[in-house]
Amino acid sequence: MYRSSIIDIISPVMAGPSSSHTAGAVRLGLLARNIYNAKPDKVTFKLYNSYALTGKGHGTDKALLAGVLGFSVADERIKNIFNIPDAKEITYEYEFLEDFNRHPNAVDFIFDGGLKMEISGDSIGAGEIVITRINKFSVNLDGKYNTLLLVYDDVPGVISTVTRIIQTDNVNIASLHCDRSGKGKDASMCICVDGELSKQCIEAVTELKDMYIVRYIKKLES
Amino acid sequence: MDNVITTFRQLYVICKQKNQQIFETAIENEVAQGEYTEYQIRMQAKKSLDAMKSAINSGLKSTEPSPSKLSGDDCFKLQKRFEKFDSILGTTAQKIMTYALATSEQNLRMGTIVACPTAGSCGIVPSVLIAFAQDNNISENEQINALITAGEVGRLVANKMSLAGAVGGCQAECGVASAMASAALTQMRGGSVKQVINAVALALKNILGLTCDPVCGLVEIPCVKRNPFLAIHAVTASELAMADIISKIPIDEIIDAMEQTGKLMSPLLKESSQGGLAKTKTAIALEKNILK
Repeated sequence: MYRSSIIDIISPVMAGPSSSHTAGAVRLGLLARNIYNAKPDKVTFKLYNSYALTGKGHGTDKALLAGVLGFSVADERIKNIFNIPDAKEITYEYEFLEDFNRHPNAVDFIFDGGLKMEISGDSIGAGEIVITRINKFSVNLDGKYNTLLLVYDDVPGVISTVTRIIQTDNVNIASLHCDRSGKGKDASMCICVDGELSKQCIEAVTELKDMYIVRYIKKLES
Repeated sequence: MDNVITTFRQLYVICKQKNQQIFETAIENEVAQGEYTEYQIRMQAKKSLDAMKSAINSGLKSTEPSPSKLSGDDCFKLQKRFEKFDSILGTTAQKIMTYALATSEQNLRMGTIVACPTAGSCGIVPSVLIAFAQDNNISENEQINALITAGEVGRLVANKMSLAGAVGGCQAECGVASAMASAALTQMRGGSVKQVINAVALALKNILGLTCDPVCGLVEIPCVKRNPFLAIHAVTASELAMADIISKIPIDEIIDAMEQTGKLMSPLLKESSQGGLAKTKTAIALEKNILK
């Protein structure tokens, strides 16, 4: 479950003007960047509801791009991001949409390049965020834990094999979230851990049969 | 693991049992969750406090307009007024109002501020905390204790409801910030645990139903000027609480009422700029001029 700490309340130190619409948007961008884990050729940002209606005034468009480019929430260059060389190296576009089945501050990132990936997330208040969907899989990533994300063939035994490999690292699993597109089709696993997974551990998981995507997503620093 | 404190009632009982102040119990509780050490919590509080002070200093000196050109010189005007005329509330209150405007204006310039709890409400806690500390020789250590007290208040509210204007309206942003500021102030004044908690209850109770209807969708009108208003609101709550005035409705029930109020509030009044001030004739005219 979501549980906030004192530190969440008295931080972050950030570039204004809105924690949910600026800092939260940077953090969503940073986490999406870590998940995509490559330099995209093109990113399409779909902003929903309050993000769409008041996003421009809060610099949400700039903040999402800044996050995807790896800027921190306190970076005062976010204000001028469209004129910064890093921003000129990729193409990007924005869509502003209404869908009241989505969270008031929802966004989709559509990454295009060597790999196509669609990532959705919500900015849930005070700069806190959650990534809710990667491609067709529902996930639950808040950027507070190092997370191993796996997409693989839905066959018996994968969960126990993977958790056993993690056990060899002597790392505690904080949460485990699984989903699948259908019986015997693609499945996803989202494992949040306390501490760090070793390179060997991630390699061992990567070498398993029928793994399509293996991503070790580092927790957000700010 | 599940002895985590989730209500003000629990916080009060544990403070009483252990004969501790709120910040001490709050740190113990936080450390017990295994996520942070006491040192990390105090360091983050110091880092935030330093950033708050530097935002005030930059804001006091700047008259740079916001990107919309709608504001940016109100803090300058207020300082000029106070150079000639003292506030009827006294010089500390004068400083509080000035610092709150300085921080808020710095925020809308996309300058660096501390979201405490949110960016739109960033002027409230720092102005009350720092102005009082300066005028009363409060040590840095005590300021950190006060900020952690405020943080614990925000944490307990956030565990019940989201502190986003889009979910709970402005009561969840500036309202909570004002309650946090009243806690920090009451703590620095040597208030008891009961007095701190009552200050929070009184502040929050008085702000239920506050909508979030920013003109042109900007954190600007009414947000910037709302910061000095709700900073003084926190002072009122602290004064009443220090007089042992009790909130007849307990704080945990006030938070339930606030959550319910947020749910009942129309989405048109929750950061969507589709109602209230945002749909006034003047706001619509501004929208045409600024956003196009």
